[in-house]
Amino acid sequence: MAEALLQTLSLVKRFGGLTATDHLSLEIGRGELHAVIGPNGAGKTTLIAQLAGELRPDSGQILFDGQEITTLPVWRRPHLGLTRSYQITSIFRDMTALQNTALAVQAHAGHSFRFWRPAARDPELLEPAREALRQVGLEERAAVPAAALAHGEQRQLEIAMALATKPKLLLLDEPMAGMGPEESARMVELLLKLKGELTILLVEHDMDAVFAVADRISVLVYGRAIATGSPEAIRGNEEVRRAYLGEDALQV
Amino acid sequence: MRLDLRTLLVLLLLAGLAMLPLAAALAGEPYWMRFWARVMILALAAVGLNLILGFGGLVSFGHAMYVAIGAYAVGILRFHGVEGGLPDLLLALVASGFLSLLIGAVCLRTSGIFFIMITLAFAQMSYFFFVSLENYGGDDGMRIASGTRLGPLHLQDSLTLYYTSFLLLCAALFLSWRLVRSRFGMVIRGARSNQQRMAALGFPTFRYRLTAYVISAVICALAGVLLANLTLYVSPAYTHWTRSGELLVMVILGGLGTLFGPLVGAVVLLLLEDVIAHFTQHWQLFLGPILILVVLFARGGLLGLLAPRGKAASSGGEPHG
Repeated sequence: MAEALLQTLSLVKRFGGLTATDHLSLEIGRGELHAVIGPNGAGKTTLIAQLAGELRPDSGQILFDGQEITTLPVWRRPHLGLTRSYQITSIFRDMTALQNTALAVQAHAGHSFRFWRPAARDPELLEPAREALRQVGLEERAAVPAAALAHGEQRQLEIAMALATKPKLLLLDEPMAGMGPEESARMVELLLKLKGELTILLVEHDMDAVFAVADRISVLVYGRAIATGSPEAIRGNEEVRRAYLGEDALQV
Repeated sequence: MRLDLRTLLVLLLLAGLAMLPLAAALAGEPYWMRFWARVMILALAAVGLNLILGFGGLVSFGHAMYVAIGAYAVGILRFHGVEGGLPDLLLALVASGFLSLLIGAVCLRTSGIFFIMITLAFAQMSYFFFVSLENYGGDDGMRIASGTRLGPLHLQDSLTLYYTSFLLLCAALFLSWRLVRSRFGMVIRGARSNQQRMAALGFPTFRYRLTAYVISAVICALAGVLLANLTLYVSPAYTHWTRSGELLVMVILGGLGTLFGPLVGAVVLLLLEDVIAHFTQHWQLFLGPILILVVLFARGGLLGLLAPRGKAASSGGEPHG
């Protein structure tokens, strides 16, 4: 494996008596697509929230790109190149797809204490925004209000917004949630395309998709990584079989 | 600027305001000018409030405090015999700017209902602070001996005050038109609909919201200076929570987060007050149901009623004009 871009060292997060993240140590290599799977309640969303800074770990460390970021505020992390997308689509519904993406570009175009020029006609924002929409295949839908996009398109827009922040590492929280088979297939295609360009940490329920795109997979159970390895290794892992996957899922 | 029905009506309203002194002189009704000057001054404060309430989604229940600060700046300076306009403006703007920076920094740590309560709490504190200023009239307030002089302009003169208020109102409308479309405005509006998402994109939203809060407070203080010139009197009642509530009602009545909503709201609210007061002392009894109807049936405020079909729902986010 290549040198680690993101690393968690014995990360712990408790909610009352429940340990959602239990001494978790993960390494995400530069350039890989690393999937985290696990049954409901395994602590996947809690993990993402800690990596993004929305939750503070009780103990342990998070290292990103050679820097400790365990307690860094949420808004600073995208500036280092660590950006998340949301499981529940959280785009700005009354803005168009292009405006949504332009806003994401703006987050990285220096400070926003600019009070006079209209942002909607600013080529410095619009050009990169169009590029990000092109990357996810939404360029035709740029002028459509986000609320009017189909569900799958909204998820694509989510990813375009994350891409517009020029991340080194993309945290994708269930990008296929609620998608039909056709939309899922398109998302898999998009992930395969992005895979060479940046590092991705993917949390996903759709096993077909995970095994199709991941370089490595970590299996989370009760906040602990019980196995990490290539899709083949995970498929063949006895403990994973017993703890989580069930025979059917492994016939993928 | 797209000329839709709403913009056209508002431009007509502004043109009417520009000509009103002429009409008042012809009709021999000097009271009109005083009434409409008050409308414009409160509209100016409402435009300021709209910046954070309408576009920023932060319900401040204490903005009358900044109006009062502006008015007290004039009163206190005159009490100590300081004449002239520059000190008035300087004291009003510096005091409101500094105070709103401190208070905003505290209030903006909270959101939602807590933000409402804490802004109300600060406003109530300022109420009792002004009451405790025995030198400056305490509970009863104080008369202001003379108005603000800006070079050749003497705001005590009702025509001068009228047009100064008119121009400042237009300037504030233009400023907020530019502001909400700028990069800064995009951050404010984005944080209104999804603060968490803005942070996840990399925006330190706090400092932008604080800046918007200070700008809105300073605009209100400016309105306070004008108000002091209109009434030549200031009292703790200026910062009472009902005054803050009145400003909120204006913004909501006219249309939250629309450019001209605060102006329309101020005009309609004060006109209704005035008209109903002609018929009965209990005008509030009749005003209440009207407000309830507007809130129930015109979710985007009165301006929302005029919005093209299908756009009304989003009029909160997209300022028109």
